[in-house]
Amino acid sequence: MTFFTLNGRSIEVDAGGDTPLLDVLRNHLGLKGTKFGCGLEQCGCCMVLVDGAPEKSCGKALSTVAGKSVLTIEGLGSPEHPHPLQMAFLDEQAGQCGYCLPGILISAKALLDQNPAPTRREIAEALDDNICRCGSHIRILKAVERAAVMLRAGAMRAER
Amino acid sequence: MSAQPPLPALLETNPRLDQWVKFAAPGRVTVSTGRVEIGQGVLTAMRQIAADELDVAPERIDLQTGDTDLTPNEGYTAGSQSIQYGGVALRLACAEVRGLLLEAAAARVGATRAELAVNDGAITRAGAPTGEDYWSLAPAIDLSRRATASARPKSARSEIGRNAPRVDLGGKVFGVPSFVHDMAVDGMIHARVVRQPRRGATVASIDEAAIRRAAKGDIDIVRDGNFIAILGADETVVDNAAAIAPGHVSWDGLDPINPGQEEARWLLQRPSIDRNLGPEPVDPAPGQARYEASFTRMHIAHASVGPSSALAVYKDGHLTVWSHTQGVYPLKAALARTLKLDPAHISVKHAQGPGCYGHNGADDAAADAAVIAMRRPGVPVRVRWRREEEFGFEPVSPAMVTTVRAILDDQGRPVDWTTEIWSGRHSSRPGGGGNLLAAEALPDPPPAPPPADPPEANGGGGTRNGEPLYAFPTKRIIHHLVAETPVRTSSLRGLGATINVFAIESAMDELAERARMDPVDYRLSVLTDPRAKVVVAHVAKMAEWRPGLPVGTGGGRGIGFAMYKNRAAYCAVVADVEVDEAVRVTKIWCAADGGLIINPDGALNQLEGGIIQGISWALKEGVRLDTAGISSRDWESYPVVRFSEVPEVFCELVGQDADLPPLGMGETAGGPTVAAIANAVAQALGARLRDLPLSRERVMDALLKA
Repeated sequence: MTFFTLNGRSIEVDAGGDTPLLDVLRNHLGLKGTKFGCGLEQCGCCMVLVDGAPEKSCGKALSTVAGKSVLTIEGLGSPEHPHPLQMAFLDEQAGQCGYCLPGILISAKALLDQNPAPTRREIAEALDDNICRCGSHIRILKAVERAAVMLRAGAMRAER
Repeated sequence: MSAQPPLPALLETNPRLDQWVKFAAPGRVTVSTGRVEIGQGVLTAMRQIAADELDVAPERIDLQTGDTDLTPNEGYTAGSQSIQYGGVALRLACAEVRGLLLEAAAARVGATRAELAVNDGAITRAGAPTGEDYWSLAPAIDLSRRATASARPKSARSEIGRNAPRVDLGGKVFGVPSFVHDMAVDGMIHARVVRQPRRGATVASIDEAAIRRAAKGDIDIVRDGNFIAILGADETVVDNAAAIAPGHVSWDGLDPINPGQEEARWLLQRPSIDRNLGPEPVDPAPGQARYEASFTRMHIAHASVGPSSALAVYKDGHLTVWSHTQGVYPLKAALARTLKLDPAHISVKHAQGPGCYGHNGADDAAADAAVIAMRRPGVPVRVRWRREEEFGFEPVSPAMVTTVRAILDDQGRPVDWTTEIWSGRHSSRPGGGGNLLAAEALPDPPPAPPPADPPEANGGGGTRNGEPLYAFPTKRIIHHLVAETPVRTSSLRGLGATINVFAIESAMDELAERARMDPVDYRLSVLTDPRAKVVVAHVAKMAEWRPGLPVGTGGGRGIGFAMYKNRAAYCAVVADVEVDEAVRVTKIWCAADGGLIINPDGALNQLEGGIIQGISWALKEGVRLDTAGISSRDWESYPVVRFSEVPEVFCELVGQDADLPPLGMGETAGGPTVAAIANAVAQALGARLRDLPLSRERVMDALLKA
């Protein structure tokens, strides 16, 4: 039995400690948002945050997240309470097939948590672990810029 | 009485109006399209078309797509044809249904049809409700009647031309299960196939015990002939076994292939089916100058970001398959042949997948799932290919050689043009003359598919865009369809157009240079199609094109132009590059004319995607081979463009004329992008690279030779 925090809730999972976290999320917990892309840690489709850091869940054994906090796309926001990144991606219509988007949104979240005002270049470098094959890159970069502005505006409102 | 005029082809094959439009529930409209969502936004565009022609709010429309039980048979969703043909057919059907309902309303309320209007499905007279609406009228109208295509689509539009947001994107950014990969049903088992390495290979031995040990859990092994699958309830366990299984099966009949075939020039020595399309070749007259140059491209992978997947269940004598195929009907027919099952007992339902850009592993994965499901009645079977399986076994776009020859007048303009093309086949879709991989592994495999290529009537395969749009007095294509290729080849976005446009547009730059003309002016001087001229002039204006840029400074600018298939959208691209050891694309401008645009933002998204994929093809992509077949089986050995390599891209739509029919947009940008980059690199280096990709190694070679 492995205990960890998933999207803010404490959970326990009855699976072998060497089960890939991606399989745990998709098959044991039924969270299908995180995608299988390569199983080789090369494409970023399976990106999740582990204690705030972006990690490829296909190569991460369940045992390594024991006691840690994991965030998946389902925990980023919901249609009722969207994260600014999700709003910005829809505003920019940043996507085509959409298969890569959950991983990209997670990588972008990790960036904005560390760097609230990234340059276009910094955003691109932060997303270089994620492959988008449809060529939605320009819209995705613009969407992350837009989300950064929304988040900064929200932070200023909160301070006032 | 005159004979009925011919219907547009898709209405001819699906002539009943109720195949397109139905009023099944109060306040709802069921619209059917055989087209499927492959990331191109077709669900959104079709809804806009139907909403406009029927005068109902888009939210009232329940869209059915790609389902052999429910939707029209539109063949494949491919070739930038969904809107240009499928959308037009839907539009005509909707316009006709609207007209029939208005006629019925006129009779019922005692008005003329001209006095009535439709407002979100309600019939109004002089703006006032009549008490009638589509749903009160529909039961009295037999929509199973044959379409006549006689109704004129409306000229007033509210939905068409609007940037309607994508209907499917909302769920995807929240991680809502959206793909066939995400389907989970009670009792479902997971399966992986141990692939027959090549057609004709036979199992010599299999160490099932070793595979079971590696699984570290319960698995089941299905074996029939040379088809081997590993099944189990726990996907992790099945994956454990699948990862090591290829090392525990030995095969007979594996003659090594020549890895040198990863470069395209081997094609020139192979037997081929040869055709001359156009006038017989001629020799230059004495004193006439002649131009000739040869261009090549390696095999290209679709390289979908997610490997192919499918779900199948065989229950009570009926097989149901969910697949991200581009053609549910052709797949159904191919499954019926493979499984020797009556097509009446097969349903194929489209479920979304990651972008495919052509014929990838989707159909083969569906066949895998179906074959296994037939052997486990009642059990839903989910297949998901492994990454190395997708790269190693999907059909790839064939390597090609394109040679351009021109005879020039004394102004340096071509009076005779030849594009000579060597290529493997560009279609081996099931139904397009190809076999499903599972069928080749099962006992009694079908014969090897005879060499074939998409016909010119469909835009051609290797010959696609082989004819330049430029007004040269005589033009011909010589096509060598090479019968045998080292790996399976099929259609990829653009088919032969990518290299043919690269070759033609590279030649145009070299001819302009010989004629001492600016590349833009030179093109405009040999274009007569006014829409083509507008697109070229517009992109030059966008990029602030100036003649006479210096050559060989390490920075370059180039242009590329084509009208996709010479019948879809016009597209011109300007690229700026910087070249040191490698090529970096710094800016792209693009102008395109697609006639009537259903969703401008969707069209721009397609152009941007085509441009970025074009950059990737131009600079990075080429399938690697070893003696066993495709050796580039991951993202390190098959690199594609990444975020920090993407330039600024500026796209504009020109000539959006509502009276012009819509022209397909999805594939128009790739060829011009590759060509513009190649021309920019030639200017930057002062030396021309004629072999794709324009990789670091090739740039270094050119610099050393210069």
